[in-house]
Amino acid sequence: MRYAETGFNLEVDLTRGSIERVPTDPRLTELHLGGLGTNAKIFWDRVPPETEPFSEENLLVFGTGILTGTPAPGCNRTVLSTISPQTRLFAYSMMGGFWAPELKHSGYDKLIVRGKSPELVYLWIQDDTVEIRDASHYRGLGTLETAELLRQELNEPHAQVASIGLAGENRVFYASVEQGRSSASRLGVGAVMGDKNLKAIAVRGSKDINIARPAEFIGLCNDALKFIKHRNANPIPGVMPILAGLGSPQEMAIHDEKWHTENFAWGNARVRRKGFWTDEIRELWTNTMETMRTRLLSCHNCPMKCGAAISVDTRLCSYMMKCFSKLTYTMGAFSNLEFGLKIAQKATEHGVDSFTAPQTMAFAIELYEAGILTDKDMPGMPTDSEGRFFWLLDRIVRREGIGDILANGTHWAAQEIGNGAEEYAHNNIKKHEQLPLKLGMLNPIYFLMYSTGEKINITQIEGNFPQAPFPTREQREAFVADWPQVPNEKLKQHFLDWELRGENSIPHYPSAEATCDIVEWQEMMHYIDDATGMCAGLSSFPLKPPFHIHNLPALISAGTGLDLDEAGLTHLTRRNRNLVRANNLRRGMTRSDEKPPADHWKKRFPELEENLMDTYYAFKGWNRDGVPTRETLHALDLDYVYEDFIERGILKEEETVGASGKASAEGSAS
Amino acid sequence: MSAAKKKKTKIVKTIKIDVDKCNGCRACEVICSAFHAEPRYSSDNPARSRIRVIRDPLADIYVPVFAGEYTASECAGRNTYTIDGKEYEECAFCRASCPSRDVFKEPDSDLPLKCDLCESDPTLEEPMCVQWCLADALIFEEREEEVEEEEAVDEMDVGLEALANKHGWHKVADAVARMSKKA
Ligand code: SF4
Ligand code: SF4
Ligand code: SF4
Repeated sequence: MRYAETGFNLEVDLTRGSIERVPTDPRLTELHLGGLGTNAKIFWDRVPPETEPFSEENLLVFGTGILTGTPAPGCNRTVLSTISPQTRLFAYSMMGGFWAPELKHSGYDKLIVRGKSPELVYLWIQDDTVEIRDASHYRGLGTLETAELLRQELNEPHAQVASIGLAGENRVFYASVEQGRSSASRLGVGAVMGDKNLKAIAVRGSKDINIARPAEFIGLCNDALKFIKHRNANPIPGVMPILAGLGSPQEMAIHDEKWHTENFAWGNARVRRKGFWTDEIRELWTNTMETMRTRLLSCHNCPMKCGAAISVDTRLCSYMMKCFSKLTYTMGAFSNLEFGLKIAQKATEHGVDSFTAPQTMAFAIELYEAGILTDKDMPGMPTDSEGRFFWLLDRIVRREGIGDILANGTHWAAQEIGNGAEEYAHNNIKKHEQLPLKLGMLNPIYFLMYSTGEKINITQIEGNFPQAPFPTREQREAFVADWPQVPNEKLKQHFLDWELRGENSIPHYPSAEATCDIVEWQEMMHYIDDATGMCAGLSSFPLKPPFHIHNLPALISAGTGLDLDEAGLTHLTRRNRNLVRANNLRRGMTRSDEKPPADHWKKRFPELEENLMDTYYAFKGWNRDGVPTRETLHALDLDYVYEDFIERGILKEEETVGASGKASAEGSAS
Repeated sequence: MSAAKKKKTKIVKTIKIDVDKCNGCRACEVICSAFHAEPRYSSDNPARSRIRVIRDPLADIYVPVFAGEYTASECAGRNTYTIDGKEYEECAFCRASCPSRDVFKEPDSDLPLKCDLCESDPTLEEPMCVQWCLADALIFEEREEEVEEEEAVDEMDVGLEALANKHGWHKVADAVARMSKKA
């Protein structure tokens, strides 16, 4: 018997209209667990680097984590993988909610979609019965609308539906896959789904998921719930409210937006508004939230309630919102919260990424104000900022007029518009829009995370280490005194010695070596979550979470029956991380792509930055170009990657680790 | 049943449900199904849970419902309730394992499921769904009450009745006879 996983993938070829239930190799579970790890392996094996994002050969994989659907709290993630139309690299996008557990209860660990359907279709998965069905009557409908009508058509109120809106149908490069409470928004997974002519996937499962060592497993789950109660009652002192608790940032529950509105940039990620958060604004926005938010909502089997039902019309719930989408439209348009909540409803129905979409619209308005785009490009655009945003959103999701260009995101739009527009696409990493954050002094930890994060999104690599030093040594000592989550004592020392000012402050502290330790820990935690299907909100993202490197090996082992210890799990995540990177290197990513947005920090230090990169690459067991060396790949059982790299000339036989050729910590358990 | 029932005091166990506090997480369904797995916690499957959250997210409806009695036939007419501007189907509050819907039935055999308040030895301090509902939408209470004595209906009787309703008494009797010969 297979434990925690089902041992089967569902393979759907939309060109041929074929559906297959395919057993998976248990050895791959031992090597990669599941989720992103096994997704990356599928792409390595089946999607050669020449594959175009919009082609029959590109795959769209919906992967559940190894613990998704088990009683482990917060294990509900679907990891979507494809080749991104925007970055043209291996894309990582992920959603919480209820869809992945339902898929696993239907008897599948992954849904693998290939080919293209000639007509718009949807998939209906109900345990062993899987059908490709006509969806022409849903063309042009919103994501939630579609889900609702589908449940009625199927007479299945319990079915979970993942769907695309107009944006996905029209292959907007930042189209999302929406699923009611949650969405997979980044890197254009919705566009690929649209290219495959797949409108929605409804799933309903009624099969058991087995646990290898039940008593031990439930004991660990109960411990975690107890700890969550404790943490909810004891927020971390000395950090802003949004960072004090567990879960995704509690944007739906917390009213105090001083930090976001004054530290994050408005418009096209440029304007800081110090002093914005007045009593008057606080009152107005609190009132908006209190009247428009009707309920706080959790994902499957999680107590954290990071989402909310939002009412923008006569319905008590017009859509569901989570996280920072609360502010991205508001700040992009220099408007207020009520506008933000209203336009987010349209954006959710159309299915677009709430980072990239508002950034692209603000970019267009800047170009218009600079005279690079003119009335000829924007015929009939309203004059007020809110009106313009609604107008632009509509053009983009329909790919009408200027919308057709903007639908490709700021990088590609700027290339096409030319005439100096490139300067305005300034907030990207690897062609992908980032959080609107512009700061003063370079932070070495964030520098490395922005530059090298393979998922091209800071929230998918940052987390367990405090974002900033605490002002006094006493505060730091108090924080460190109760910090069982930390993998080793070294990391405690790095934090204890980190000061706001003076010698031990950014950019020269933490040292390059210490920075590597800190980045490595945070990244590792995310790669564990991506393989288990655990929400980052209970593990890799918040300070002092219930799940960490000292209890996750036991949880995974008790669930799956594998025998994983800390060293084993650490090693496994390195394997997954290197395989994700290998997919990208094979598609042409190089060291020169690994950098933060040029204006992310005002004060930059080229020499220091080079040293950070060199040190980090060596630490990871990569050569100076960021390619894992033969030894590294061998230690990670990735010899087949080495052979491919040699064949393609990405590696030369004699190459060694890093600039100095030093051996690294990578590949050996620490 | 005789008209003269004896009175006695017994502990009445109540779960108070606050639908306004429910966040729709389904933790109650997950843990109920795991608790009742054989062996205990060896699997989970909300489809087997004895509590189900009747959800209609776009109507902001979340009603945790505990499995109650089995019924062979669905209600003749169905009413709707409007509470605080939300329209609920009568079924949203109904605890019956009923042919009109696919909750409170074992997925493979269709045998009815009923909440047993996590009866176990030793007795739990609180039922599992209550323990796992960190939102406090489910609150467990015990109080003493004078009640009339009633004969408990045997679980096997309920199961057999359900089977008979599905297949007819004749077939069930046949199957029992056949199986007892093998045993
Ligand atoms: S922590 Fe929040 S986002 Fe994560 S699973 Fe729980 S409710 Fe969902
Ligand atoms: S555990 Fe509580 S909050 Fe979650 S669905 Fe059940 S009743 Fe609602
Ligand atoms: S009380 Fe126990 S048996 Fe009843 S629904 Fe809750 S967990 Fe299930």
